Amino acid sequence: MTDASAPAPTPIDWPRVLKDTIVTTLVALAILTPFIGLVTVQNMEHKLVLATRWPLLFWMVAIIVGGRLALTLFVWNRPKKEKKASSLALPPAVEKIAAPFFIGLLFAYPMLILSGLGAGGSIKWIDNFGIQILIYIMLGWGLNVVVGLAGLLDLGYVAFYAVGAYSYALLAKTFGFSFWVLLPMAGLLAATWGVILGFPVLRLRGDYLAIVTLAFGEIIRLILINWVDFSGGYAGISGIPRPTLFGIPFNASDTGFAATFGLEFSPIHRTIFLYYVILVLALLTAFVTRRLRRLPIGRAWEALREDEIACRSLGINTTNTKLTAFATGAMFGGFAGSFFAARQGFISPESFTFMESAQILAIVVLGGMGSLWGVVIAAAFLVGGFELMRDMDFLKLIFGSDFDPTQYRMLLFGAAMVGIMLWKPRGLVSTREPTAFLKERKSVSGSHVSEGHG
Amino acid sequence: MEVFLQQLINGITLGSIYGLIAIGYTMVFGIIGMVNFAHGDVFMVSAFIAVITFLAVTLWAGIGSIALALLICLISAMVLTSVWNWAIERVAYRPLRGSFRLAPLISAIGMSIFLSNFVQVAQGPRNKPVTPMLSDVVTLVHSDVYPVTISYKQIMIWVVTAALLAGFWWLVQKTPLGRAQRACEQDRKMASLLGIDVDKTISLTFVMGAALAAVAGVMYMVYYGVVSFSDGFTPGVKAFTAAVLGGIGSLPGAVIGGLLIGLIEVFWSAYFTIDYKDVAAFSILVVVLIFMPQGILGKPEVEKV
Repeated sequence: MTDASAPAPTPIDWPRVLKDTIVTTLVALAILTPFIGLVTVQNMEHKLVLATRWPLLFWMVAIIVGGRLALTLFVWNRPKKEKKASSLALPPAVEKIAAPFFIGLLFAYPMLILSGLGAGGSIKWIDNFGIQILIYIMLGWGLNVVVGLAGLLDLGYVAFYAVGAYSYALLAKTFGFSFWVLLPMAGLLAATWGVILGFPVLRLRGDYLAIVTLAFGEIIRLILINWVDFSGGYAGISGIPRPTLFGIPFNASDTGFAATFGLEFSPIHRTIFLYYVILVLALLTAFVTRRLRRLPIGRAWEALREDEIACRSLGINTTNTKLTAFATGAMFGGFAGSFFAARQGFISPESFTFMESAQILAIVVLGGMGSLWGVVIAAAFLVGGFELMRDMDFLKLIFGSDFDPTQYRMLLFGAAMVGIMLWKPRGLVSTREPTAFLKERKSVSGSHVSEGHG
Repeated sequence: MEVFLQQLINGITLGSIYGLIAIGYTMVFGIIGMVNFAHGDVFMVSAFIAVITFLAVTLWAGIGSIALALLICLISAMVLTSVWNWAIERVAYRPLRGSFRLAPLISAIGMSIFLSNFVQVAQGPRNKPVTPMLSDVVTLVHSDVYPVTISYKQIMIWVVTAALLAGFWWLVQKTPLGRAQRACEQDRKMASLLGIDVDKTISLTFVMGAALAAVAGVMYMVYYGVVSFSDGFTPGVKAFTAAVLGGIGSLPGAVIGGLLIGLIEVFWSAYFTIDYKDVAAFSILVVVLIFMPQGILGKPEVEKV
């Protein structure tokens, strides 16, 4: 298309723009004055008093009004372009080598960091970035089975994470089983809970299902808080046994890992070991998910997401389909939970709040529901991004020395969830990879598939 | 018997707060079929507006009369919360009409997280206590063991809730606005063919829901005397439970459901154990949704292809 054939922007309707600007100013003032313009602080006698922040209020209102004005004048009056069908789709040749390359990089990552920074400097990079992000990737992939593939919005996913963590912690402390025995057991227990919780909610759909799973998640958390004899209540469980390498513990003793292999003892060994454990667990999740998608059950999940009534008319047993989705997702949550307990050595109900569920959901939603790559990108961005921001000193220079980016973490999560629904409801990676095809596999852009009107 | 009477009084007070929030859920669900997940946080925002207005009028304007100060609080909270909810609907929900089924709910969850964290960042994570007010009590049953009392603030909550519900009832049943609202609830497409501005009506539904949530917010501030940024979640879920229990989409149902949830919670705490009172409320939600999804006064949902 040449420039000459492009239609001219529509002329600007000045009185309307003026009216719109005035309304925006008034609305922005009304909603921001009590929260930004005024602030409640406790004085010396612990009484609540008010302080003012007028300059901040002025700047925030100015940004909102100016931003909207700029959008009205320069963006919204342009004629609408035809929606481009492409998104982050990679060329097929690149896509073929992307996954092996990426996995190889992940396996090499601790060694690269270790050789670059030495044992002292790399613990943070492997622990905070590597392990932390991989836990969220694994949880995201687990939830992806329920939300992304089967289209069941689960707001209580963290409950299964909690079941996994507590079953490892309690069984390991009470009976002294090892991590490797309890890992499948925790997954199994979580899957059982997935079926128990899934069974009664099968008749519900959409919004109701979401709220009931939220209620279940909260019930489990409240029981963990209140049933002190069982779970230790708020105090949680500490001194959880750490995982061993086939019986070789990671400590400084004579039978420890370092002594056995003739290395000098360093805490980095355990960190690297844990990194590989979660990496393998996460890759297992991805592998199983990819395989399941090609099985009849995986196809049934996706059909269920698109249209439940059509599914039922075609003779798909929706009960079993939903239950398996719930159980599979829960099982991966349970694996991740037992790993979490083993890594931390301490768990308490604080780690399993609704906000945690929301965070995992945000990763799945932002990445693109149903997309494995999307979850990786979203988790790396959301979890790693904030860890990075914590270290950036120049941000402190801009926003003052008491600037703490983690404070804004959930704020941005919430805003990002709304934003992604508005602009890219299928997430950052929105292409669909069909599992059933005639001659060749073609990626289908998200804008070509309709979803979930059933 | 005295204990029962006392708990009945407390339960009705708590129930009126839940009922006021529940109306917002039920109206929005009735008109656009969406669970407004952020409604609990809108309630929390209104409670904060109430606290801030209360401080402004008592500390800065020097108004000594509690009644006048509370009246100003009520009006300012209702107006400002309405603007908040109007803006939220415009930004986060309206563009999503016609998007896929879960989009508005995910957007509302995002909004809920955004609101509670916005208030946390803007006003600080601490609890915000206000000076206790209207705490004098009237003794109803004189007894040496367990006197039954009702406090002035409980009386005020009952009276204000009843008056505003009556006004609201009149608004929905007798005015053109209410007629348009009920028409949109029955059939949005037909209503728009008959010349009703559907977008405007939906906006007004959100405004009405927010105004009633703001009443609940002011009452919450008066009753508990302390507000925190995380106060939206649990009352929000309980009010949603109330809306579901009463039959979602039904206005009297929301009030009845709210009262029932308030009573159940209070009696549960009094006779069983206070630790599990939230578990009780959440369990009711689960049980009602599974076994009686149409609620007490609701219509069963028929699914058409």
